[in-house]
Amino acid sequence: MITLNHYLFVAGLLFAIGLAGVVARRNILVIYMCLEMMLTGANLTLVAFSRFNLHDGLPDYSAQALVFFTITVAAAEVAVGLAIIVALFRTKQSVDVESVTKLQG
Amino acid sequence: MPSAFFYIFAAITLFFGVGVVVLRNPVASAMSLVGCFAGVAALFISLDAYFIGTLQILVYAGAVMVLFLFILMLLDIKAEAGKHTSFGMAAAGIFLALAFALQVATVLSKFTEGGRPLAATPLQLNVAAAKSAAGHGLPTITNDLKAGTLPDAKLMGEVLFQSYPFHLQIVALLLLAGTVGVVVLSKRDRGEKEEAP
Repeated sequence: MITLNHYLFVAGLLFAIGLAGVVARRNILVIYMCLEMMLTGANLTLVAFSRFNLHDGLPDYSAQALVFFTITVAAAEVAVGLAIIVALFRTKQSVDVESVTKLQG
Repeated sequence: MPSAFFYIFAAITLFFGVGVVVLRNPVASAMSLVGCFAGVAALFISLDAYFIGTLQILVYAGAVMVLFLFILMLLDIKAEAGKHTSFGMAAAGIFLALAFALQVATVLSKFTEGGRPLAATPLQLNVAAAKSAAGHGLPTITNDLKAGTLPDAKLMGEVLFQSYPFHLQIVALLLLAGTVGVVVLSKRDRGEKEEAP
C-alpha cells in the first residue's frame, strides 16, 4: 500500500543524497549535478502533494504548474552556471572548488 | 499501480542518486544522474503527472544532461586522480544526509494525513467531467473526461495559460536573459589574446 509518506520519504532521501554530495565532493560540476538532484527531490514532493490534494476529482494542477516553472528556471540556471564554470576553468585550469579561494580572508 | 513498481522506481532513483555522489569519474556521475532522473520521471508518471514526467525526461535527462556532458568533455575533466576526498568532508556529508533523513522520517511519522494510500484517493474523472460540463470547462477537456481519460497536458495548458499567463511570460524573459548572459559570459574580451591550442 503506497501512501503519500512513501513519496515524501523518497523525495527527502533524494534531497539528503544531493546534500551529502554538495558537502563531500570537490568537483564543481559534480556539486552542480547534486544541486539539480536536490531540486528534483523538491519537485517530487510538489507532484506528490498535487496528486493527493484532489480538486473536483483531479490533481491540483497549480502545484504542477509550479513544478513546470521550477524546471524552466533550473534549466536557465544550469546554462548560466555552466557558463560561469567554463569561465572559471579558463582562468584557473581546474574545476576543483579548493582552487577558488580568492575571497578567503 | 501495483506497489512493486513504486519500490522498483524508488530503488532505481536512489541507487543512481547514490551513484552520482560516490562515482569518481564525473562522466560516470553524469550518466548516473540520467538514470536517477529517469527513475524520478517514472515516479511522476505513477502519480498521474504524465506531462511533468515527460518534461522531466525531455528537459532534465535530455537537454540539461547533454549540456553537462558537453561541458565535461569540452573541459576534458579526468577523474579526481590521486586527490582523495578528505575524510572530514565525506564524514560531514554523510552525517548531514543522515541527520536530514532522520528529520524527514520523524516529521513524516507524525504526519497522519500522509498515511492516506494512493489507492484510496483515486481520480474521479466523472465528477470532474460533470463539473467541467456545468462550468467554464473547455469542450475538449470535458469530452476527454467524459471518455474516462485524464487529459493531463490539456489541463496543464489550461492552468498555465488561464491562471498563470503573466508568470509564463516572465519565465520566457528569464530564459532570454539567461541566453544573453551565457553569450556574454563565454565571449572573450577583445584585448584577450587567443590561447595556443
